[in-house]
Amino acid sequence: MAGMIIAIVLMVAGVFFLTVSALGLLRFPDFYARTHAVGKSETLGSILTLSGLAVYNGLELSTVKILFILGFVLVANPTATHAIARAALRTGLQPWTRKKVEPREKRTEPS
Amino acid sequence: MIKQHYQSIIVQTICSLLIPFIQLFALYVIFHGHYGPGGGFQGGVLLAVSIILQRLYLGTKIAHPKFPPKLTMAFAAVGLLIYGLAGIIPMAYGASFLDYGSLPLFWVHDAELRALGILIVEIGIGLGVFGTLVLIFDNLVGERW
Repeated sequence: MAGMIIAIVLMVAGVFFLTVSALGLLRFPDFYARTHAVGKSETLGSILTLSGLAVYNGLELSTVKILFILGFVLVANPTATHAIARAALRTGLQPWTRKKVEPREKRTEPS
Repeated sequence: MIKQHYQSIIVQTICSLLIPFIQLFALYVIFHGHYGPGGGFQGGVLLAVSIILQRLYLGTKIAHPKFPPKLTMAFAAVGLLIYGLAGIIPMAYGASFLDYGSLPLFWVHDAELRALGILIVEIGIGLGVFGTLVLIFDNLVGERW
């Protein structure tokens, strides 16, 4: 019974964070803010949802598989976000600001 | 660390950590295909993804000697050969195409022989898909090799 309550709390928190990240993906002004929303809160949301599923499942073989998926998401999602944001910055995409600023020069690639 | 065009220590470390696990999971999907979800195609795609990830984060100049592009065609051809032989050899013994029950492996019995035939065909499909997908990636990147 206590395990069920813990699982419900974890999954509801995970769904909340996933909803927030989807909202941020829709509402934020530019690419970097959107990667911020997806990279952080979606990782947290999927981790909470998966750990809730693991608690709900109890001690089984499929719990171990869920934990492996959790570790993979925890490692891979921030790395992919980092790689995408870094590639965008290096190809010269300007971050969004409220004021108009002088456009920065495009970074030259080190050879 | 390997010197390359865009040095990012995070991407290099995480990719070199993840690639063996992706390959292990691909082998699990291939060999576990007739007990659970998965099979030859999915396992081959995962193997190809591990090689493509290596090419993406190392750059083709370093990654091509690690897995030469000329090998991909050989892998695809060997996979197709395994599949074709597993299909045609039962026809030589008087059964229909891909009838695993009459493969000429006399030391295994009926049901085990059928399971083994499924496994052989899955391995063939996996190798073929792996070679073909890496070959498609190499041709899309379009560097001379």
